[in-house]
Amino acid sequence: MTPLFGPEPLRVLVQGVTGNEGTYWTEQMLGYGSRVVAGCTPGKGGQHVGPVPVYSTVLDALDAHAIDVSVIFVPARFAKGAALEAIEAGVPNVVVVAEFVPIHDTMEILATAKRAEARVIGPNCPGIVFPGRDFIGIMPGWSERLFAPGRIGVVSRSGSLGALVNLQLVEAGLGQSAFLGLGGDPMVGTTFVDALAMFEADPGTDAVVLLGEVGGLMEEDAAEAIATTTKPVVSFIAGANAPEGKKMGHAGALVSNGRGTAASKMQSLRAAGAAVAEVPTDIVSLLA
Amino acid sequence: MFIEEADAKALFAAAGIPTPIGALADSAVVARQVGESLGPVMVKAQVPSGKRGKAGGIVAASTPTQAAEAATRLLGAEFAGVVVERVLVEAQVDIARELYVAVTVDPQRRCPVIIVSASGGVDIEEVNAESPQAVHRVEIPIADGLEAAAALDIAALLGLAESHTPTLAGLLVTLYGLFRSLDAQLVEINPLAIDASGALIALDAKLIIDDNALFRQGGLPAQRPSGTALEQRAAEQDFLLVELDGDVGVLANGAGLTMSTMDAVSAQGGRPANFLEVGGMAYKRATPALALVLSNPNVRSLLVNLCGAYARTDVIAEGLIAGWKELAPEVPVSFCIHGTGEERARMLVETELGISPHDTMVAAVNEAVANAADATAAAAAAANDASAEATT
Repeated sequence: MTPLFGPEPLRVLVQGVTGNEGTYWTEQMLGYGSRVVAGCTPGKGGQHVGPVPVYSTVLDALDAHAIDVSVIFVPARFAKGAALEAIEAGVPNVVVVAEFVPIHDTMEILATAKRAEARVIGPNCPGIVFPGRDFIGIMPGWSERLFAPGRIGVVSRSGSLGALVNLQLVEAGLGQSAFLGLGGDPMVGTTFVDALAMFEADPGTDAVVLLGEVGGLMEEDAAEAIATTTKPVVSFIAGANAPEGKKMGHAGALVSNGRGTAASKMQSLRAAGAAVAEVPTDIVSLLA
Repeated sequence: MFIEEADAKALFAAAGIPTPIGALADSAVVARQVGESLGPVMVKAQVPSGKRGKAGGIVAASTPTQAAEAATRLLGAEFAGVVVERVLVEAQVDIARELYVAVTVDPQRRCPVIIVSASGGVDIEEVNAESPQAVHRVEIPIADGLEAAAALDIAALLGLAESHTPTLAGLLVTLYGLFRSLDAQLVEINPLAIDASGALIALDAKLIIDDNALFRQGGLPAQRPSGTALEQRAAEQDFLLVELDGDVGVLANGAGLTMSTMDAVSAQGGRPANFLEVGGMAYKRATPALALVLSNPNVRSLLVNLCGAYARTDVIAEGLIAGWKELAPEVPVSFCIHGTGEERARMLVETELGISPHDTMVAAVNEAVANAADATAAAAAAANDASAEATT
């Protein structure tokens, strides 16, 4: 897999580049220094979005450019087609922003990615930010209130909770080596376990902030992984007040049959040696 | 979307899975008529929720009179907060064995998984907890699907008589096909009975379809509204609102921040009144979101906690200010605003509402919790005064 970390900006393809969201975020990414080298919209090859050349297919874009990552700005019902096109064409990293992607489509995307040894981030994710280098997705990487170059690796299922904690890190004079927004769906391509491995391998990361939420078993899996990693982990789990059987905004944030509660996740993480904050505003003090 | 048993059975039967003979009844009269034509029957409450059996929603009736009585008892009763409008009246089956079969999504393994057990007819979670070796889970590669040879291997795990194994394998292939074609999160038959003649028959049918795939799933029965009146009103406006029993109304952007805000309210000794997020695409619709939160009469204090990333806080603030001016609510409101668009958002709230947002989330939460406590104390004092006056 092509690494996401490193000094050089990633070469980015934007799928759905001519749509409102695709165009807006392409401009924002370029403004921050992200290397958006190509865009893709079926039937719109030959056009430009700002300085970015548009191709009709991912294969056409790959003929003309080396691509490290594709970010997909198409509506949920078209996300599978776009993601499979990128993966099958050989794009090594794919970021799926759309919320409400059918879970059968996600299973197909992830099965294809596994065969192709490609990495998928999302669906339903805010993207990734490497402060001072680039961002890919829909987090405002340019915001100096939220992001500053630094040595804390932040990984979050939620963009908004990630924003809150990033703000506090920056206010405390700490910056981030990277922010990885994994997405709020019950099944996502990149998990906390994957993120912990990336931060463990990254020489620019000293400690990890892991922001989980109720539902699923991703945090429990992360707790197992923490037992074998060396960098300190500070965690917060959102949703201690989530009633059973109710989706809390994210499709994945669902406590069912007593499983996936904040309490059980916090207990697993604490037992694995992570420091667990009771409220997100305590994270900075636990990093000290 | 939870498909009620009768509708799920119709889909299963159309695909070739045998189900008992039966009919829906919306009155005791119809239930009696069905009982008269079928003999001993099961009368089953139709609600979009599992576990109704344990709650008394399934009744055996050996005579038409008993069938009518069961229907009278079940119709209009509530199971998991939903009123029973129909009962399924089915011929009783002479059961020799009860199996369990299901296909679901395994989010950790990221693929479909078939679950089978020879210990059907009871809660499979309990079977799994007590004797996990009795529950077999087999992952299915989604690109290949369930092939006939693999289905035979899975069926053979149950150690049934040889004649049953190919029949069960065929049923599993059909069930997997339904799982895929219906965009299901779960298809489950519990129990799948072997009757006295040795035939397989689905005594129950559970089907949950992925809400995100409803756009391509035509021909499904209409979904019955569920949840509280407030939750239903929110759903009609495409908001996901969860009503809680507290008095601090919560408005935040994004699922993670909204949950965390509720958690912070609780940590300060307050009680959140709701979950409602105005993030994602909903950030342009803060006005109706505000109206929903304030329409809950239990709300005595409002907390607005914004930390914009994708969602622009200035756009949310504009929506809230418009709603606030229109509704002129009497509850106190506490703001904390950070992230995308924060300077303009703070300026708008200060100039338009005359309220200074707090610098930290903790300060805003503390104020909102204190405001709710004050309002509750004042209301209690007023109620005391009123009752004192009434007695004098």
